[in-house]
This record gives sequence, structure tokens and C-alpha cells, in this order.
Amino acid sequence: MAAPAFAVQPDEILPDPALEQRARILSAELRCMVCQNQSIDDSNAPLARDLRLLVRERLVAGDSDAQVLDFLVERYGEFVLLKPSFSGHNLLLWLAAPAVLVTGGLIAWGVVGRNRRRPEPAPLSAEEEAELARLRAGAAVTPETPGR
Amino acid sequence: MMITEIGHYALVLALGLAFIQSVLPVWGAKTGDGRLMAVAEPVALATLGLVALSFAALTVAYVRSDFSLVNVFENSHSAKPMIFKISGVWGNHEGSMLLWVLILVLFSALVAIFGGRLPQTLRATVLSVQGWVTAAFLLFILMTSNPFNRMIPAPFEGQDLNPILQDIGLAIHPPLLYVGYVGVSIAFSFAIAALIEGRIDAAWARWVRPWTLAAWIFLTLGIAMGSYWAYYELGWGGWWFWDPVENASFMPWLAATALLHSAIVMEKRDALKIWTVLLAILAFSLSLLGTFLVRSGVLTSVHAFATDPTRGVFILAILVIFVGGSLALYAWRAPMLKPGGIFAPVSREGALVLNNVFLSAACATVFVGTLYPLALESVTGEKISVGAPFFNLTFVPLMIPALIAIPFGPLLAWKRADLAGVAERLAAAALAALAATAVTLWLSGATGILAALAVGLAFWLIVGSLTEPVQRAARGGGGVGPFLRRFFGLPRAAFGTALGHLGMGLTVLGIAGASGYDHERITSVVPGERIEIAGYDLTFEGSTPRQGPNFREEVARFAVTRDGLAIAEMAPTKRFYPARQMPTTEAAILTRGFSQLYVSLGDPGADGRTVVRAQFKPMVTLIWLGCVMMALGGCLSLADRRLRVGAPRPARRAEAVA
Repeated sequence: MAAPAFAVQPDEILPDPALEQRARILSAELRCMVCQNQSIDDSNAPLARDLRLLVRERLVAGDSDAQVLDFLVERYGEFVLLKPSFSGHNLLLWLAAPAVLVTGGLIAWGVVGRNRRRPEPAPLSAEEEAELARLRAGAAVTPETPGR
Repeated sequence: MMITEIGHYALVLALGLAFIQSVLPVWGAKTGDGRLMAVAEPVALATLGLVALSFAALTVAYVRSDFSLVNVFENSHSAKPMIFKISGVWGNHEGSMLLWVLILVLFSALVAIFGGRLPQTLRATVLSVQGWVTAAFLLFILMTSNPFNRMIPAPFEGQDLNPILQDIGLAIHPPLLYVGYVGVSIAFSFAIAALIEGRIDAAWARWVRPWTLAAWIFLTLGIAMGSYWAYYELGWGGWWFWDPVENASFMPWLAATALLHSAIVMEKRDALKIWTVLLAILAFSLSLLGTFLVRSGVLTSVHAFATDPTRGVFILAILVIFVGGSLALYAWRAPMLKPGGIFAPVSREGALVLNNVFLSAACATVFVGTLYPLALESVTGEKISVGAPFFNLTFVPLMIPALIAIPFGPLLAWKRADLAGVAERLAAAALAALAATAVTLWLSGATGILAALAVGLAFWLIVGSLTEPVQRAARGGGGVGPFLRRFFGLPRAAFGTALGHLGMGLTVLGIAGASGYDHERITSVVPGERIEIAGYDLTFEGSTPRQGPNFREEVARFAVTRDGLAIAEMAPTKRFYPARQMPTTEAAILTRGFSQLYVSLGDPGADGRTVVRAQFKPMVTLIWLGCVMMALGGCLSLADRRLRVGAPRPARRAEAVA
């Protein structure tokens, strides 16, 4: 386990605040490849530091954010991205939750719709009314602890 | 020492009793044999006694630093402070599984004690299902993770507990979480019992809801505690990392939250029965999955799992048998349960269904995000990472509509409701939300529109959740006195709902503040230098070494001033634990109102300067206070006598009024 500590060192910080801001955001999307579920922004592993410096180097060289990510994916593979690309096998990953939402919504709609088509329960017959009144009267005579 | 052997023996005996509990009562329930069913209660109580004895024996071994036990040797140290010797019992795999079982049998015993009013067949079946889970986990412990294994010769000194775990957070976090995980087993056992009996009614929900609520309270507190612990202990100031281990505890929480809400519909309106049973099964399955994910080593790497597969395969088998078995039983028997009450789409039932749909989808995205990389790698060998950016992009949009819907829920009438009327009643909440967004935008100079909207959402939730009790008390007029009397006369469950939802609002506010408006400075200093952050001045006064009980540390001192006035001294440290050759960072945290100043040290630079990361996190404490508030709301609901565990059944008449 890597020693917990914060990652970005003062000597890494770029003089241009706008570029540094972009570097931080990009770093949070890149995996520290030797850690468990840490971004290079969070990790103080030496490899993470190398990657942070690399990201900043590319940004200073004028790369766009997408170009930096492409560069890193080409070098290290998809594994480096904490947010997998929206393509190929990953479609299943991205679409699972919306699928559950849509399916759940359809089922709920179906159930409610079926409910509405089902007739309301028939009104009580005269006999049942009388029985109910008798029970109610009975309940009123036997004192029970109130519910609240 | 003798007590260790007694503890070990007690555990084996408990397994024997668990087998008896698994078979006899349910058999009795099937054949209508009262004597067999009556076995359940005494056996459940005896199992609790035996497992408690076993746990006590292990604790004694830790307290006495008995390093002849492999488990104690690997996870303790004679110089460790006493509190961490005790919490170390569950700070490792074997001990934590024993704690898991202890809590499980405790819950079984509670059902045995308080279940007097349940129909005898239901109680017997529930206890048998609890017995299945108990037997499975006791077998797992005895066969693959026995904490009582000895080593000869006994070493003189232990290897110490992972320093990150030597914290009061560890003493509290896992027990809370486990009570939550395992508490869901009660809902599961009731669901299975309902499926076996082929019968389910409102009385069932009346029982399941308080137990689920209790489990949910502990899950909420456990997750919040874990989050705060990671925040202050790991030293980089994050409070949620979407780490698989965190997700493992979050999924049962989402499912339990959904279950809690659908059980309300079932109890009050006799509807959503089949769905509630499924949720109960899913919630416990996710608890088991959480245990599996954290305990099998599969998260570290698929390969670690493959190289030492005994434990992992065993838990996987438990998972397959229980999840697969219960889902199969569900598919077979659920169609026999009769659907209940009917309702229009716009109604409180409808709102609770909406809540369930969104929570399920949110749970699904956490589930898929956590497990997809494992599945993909074992199927295709392709390696991908799924981290915070993925979850932020998928989970958050799913939660926002659910959160917006919250204030509507308690205001909608059962069966059929008037949406326009409810919207009118929420005008104050809408105004508060708009005002909060506008003020936030103005104060922050129109940066961070999303964060400002999140602040608005928080106020919508806070004011919206108070709307129901306030308006209910205001009905009838008559000035402040009668209003207050009526307000405090409202049933506790009404406050429970309001506080639960209000807590959610506070948490959202904390998240918005801490992630939208945080300040950060990373720099290196020599004594006398000053760091400015968010209006505070931190002057570095130098650092001194200090010797702790089982560590050394370097303490850096900072004087904190604001507008020239001294406020406090902050002392972040870097520790080194020689037994494990491991450094840790102890952040210094200064709480100002709901906000916090967070200072941690980095590795010293080559030039001897001290590297510092200072952060200011506005409203951050509300993240956890909101969770505490949610749990408090849960406690209030639980204290409502209509819901209280083991409370006498309320009068019919009162039910009709409610």
C-alpha cells in the first residue's frame, strides 16, 4: 500500500494558473497504474509523479486536453483512463444504468397502467356495511391503547 | 491459554447449533409440528452465547498479546495502545468475519426475543433462514479463516496492525457498517420466509420496516464514519473516492433506502409486495457482495484471487448459493403473492415508485462500475479502469431527479394526489432554492454555476422537507402557541421523515460547498514563512520530533491568524511506524463554523523545506452532519410507537385514522 499523503509537489506546479488548472483536472481522470484506484492527482507513487510531469509537459507544448489523453492512452492503454471511453466493450458499462432506468420506468408504468384498468373494489354490500358498523361499535366499547 | 481453546470449541459448537437451527424449525413450520418450531428460539439464544464467548476469547488473546495465535501475531503489537489492541480484533480478515457472525446471531436472538407476536410458522422459518446464513459463515470461518490457529514456537513480538487502521475510526466504523450489513439479513430472512410460506401481508411489512430502518441507520452512520475517517486519516482531504470498498458499502445502502420506502407503501397500502420482497433479497445480496468484494482479495487484482483462491471461492460459493438460490425461489414463488392496493401514477405510492426506480438505477451504475472491470478482465483479458470521473458522470445525474422529487413525496396523498396543489405548497421551498442559488452566484462572482445550482437543490430539500410538518401544524390557525403545540404533537414518524430528508439536503449542501468552492495551496515553507488561504494566514513555526507509543513523528506547527487575530495553532504530523516500516500523514483540521481548514504535510523536499498542502473546505462538515441527521430521523421514526420493534399492535381504530 502506498503511504497516504498528498501527491502534487510544489515543484511540479506550472507557473500559468490556467494550464495548471487544466493539468489538475486531467490528472484526476488518469489512473495511477501501480496503485489501487487512485488518480495520479491523488497518488504519491513515483510513476504517478512522472505521469503528472508528462501531462504538464504536453500541456506546455500546446496539446489540447483530448490530445494529452490520446497520447497517454496510446502509450499506456485504456487502463490509464479512470473514465473509460464510450466505445466497444465499454458500451455495456455506460448503458447499463440507463437501461435499468428505462426498464424500471416501463415496468412501473405497466404496473400503474394495469392498476388503473383493474376495477375499483366493489362497494360494500348492505350486509357488509352492517357488519362493519357492528365491528366499529364494538371497537369503540373495548378501549384499546391508541396508536399514537 | 485455556480460554482460547474454549473460544475455538464454542465456535465449533455454534456451527452445530446453526445446523440444527437451519433445519428443525422450518421443518416444523412445513409439517405443523409445534415442538420442532419451538426449537428455534432457545437455539438462537444459545448460538449467540457461544459466538459471544468465542469473540470474547479472541479479544482476551488480543488484550494479553498472546502471539501464539497467528492472527494476533500478524495484527497486533505489545506496545499498541489498549483501545487499538481491542479494535484490532476486527481490524483483520478473520476477526472481522467473527464480528460479522456475532452480529448476525445477535440479530437472530433479537428476533427470537421480540418475535413473540409473529405467527409461529413465520418466526420459525425466519430463524431457520438466519440459521442458513449463520452456518455458511461459521463454516467459512472455521474452514478458511480461523482466528484461533496457533503457531509454535510463539514469537516474542507481533507484526503490529496496519498504522492506517490504528485510529478511533476503526474502533467504530466496521462495527457500525456490519450491524448495517447484517441487519439487512433480517429483511432477507423475512422475504425468504414469505416466499416459502407463499403468503405476505401488511403485518409482514410492519415487521420488516423497523428492522430495515434500524439496519439503514447503522449503514448510514457506518458509511459517514468511514468517509470522515478517510478524510482525516488519509491526508489528502477527499471524503469520497468511489473506491470499490466504499461502493461495496454504498450499494446495500442504496438498496436499503429503496427497501425502506417500498416497505412503507406495503405497510400502508398493501401494494408493491412483490417488489419489496425482491428488494429485500437484493439488499442482502449486495451486503454479501460487499463482504465478498472486501474480503476475497478480488479487488486488489483478479490474480491475487486466482493465486490464493480458497477464501475467495468459498465466499463466491456462499454468494452463488444465497443470491442464486433466493432469486430462483423468488422466480418460482413470487407469482403466488397476490398484488395489493391500486393507485394512480400521481400519488404518494407513485412518488415512492419513482424513488425506487431512480435508486435502483443509481445502485445499478455503482454495481456495474465496480464489477465491470473485473468481469471484462476475466472474460477478455482487457484491462480498463473505472473511477471517480465515471461515477460522477453517471451516478450524479441519476440522483438529481430523485432528490428534486423528495419534497413532493410526503405532501402527496395516498392513492391519488393533486400535483398542482402540492407544487403550490412547495412555493416557499422553490423560492428558497432560487434565492440560495442567486446569492451563491453573487457571492462567488458567478463562478461554478453547477455548484450554485447544487446549493439551490440543497435549500429546496431543506425547506421542502420542513414544509409538510410546518403546514400540517399550521392548519387550524390560532397563533404561535397552538401552532407550536400542534407542531410538537405531530407523530414522531412525521419528524423522522422530515429530518431524514433534511439531512439529505444538508449533505448535498456540504458536497456543493466542499467540491465547488474549496481553496487549495500547495507550497513549501521554512520556519517564519506564511501561507495565505481563504482569508486565513498560516505561519510556519518549525517542526519538532516526538515519540509516540509505537511510532515516531515529526510535528510541524502553524500559527493560524485571521485579520491579524490569532485563532489557533495547527499541528499536522508525519508519522513513522517502525514495526511495519510505514509512514503515515496525520492532517491537522481546524473547524470554523461548518467549514474546515485542512493542513497536511508532504514528503520533505530535497532542499530541507517543508512541503505543505493547505485546503479550505466550506461547509464540508455538513456532509457528515447531514448523515447524522438522516440517522437521527431514522431513530425518531423507530421511536414512533406505531413502528417500534416489539411494540404492541396499535388499535385498529388508530390505524384507520392514520
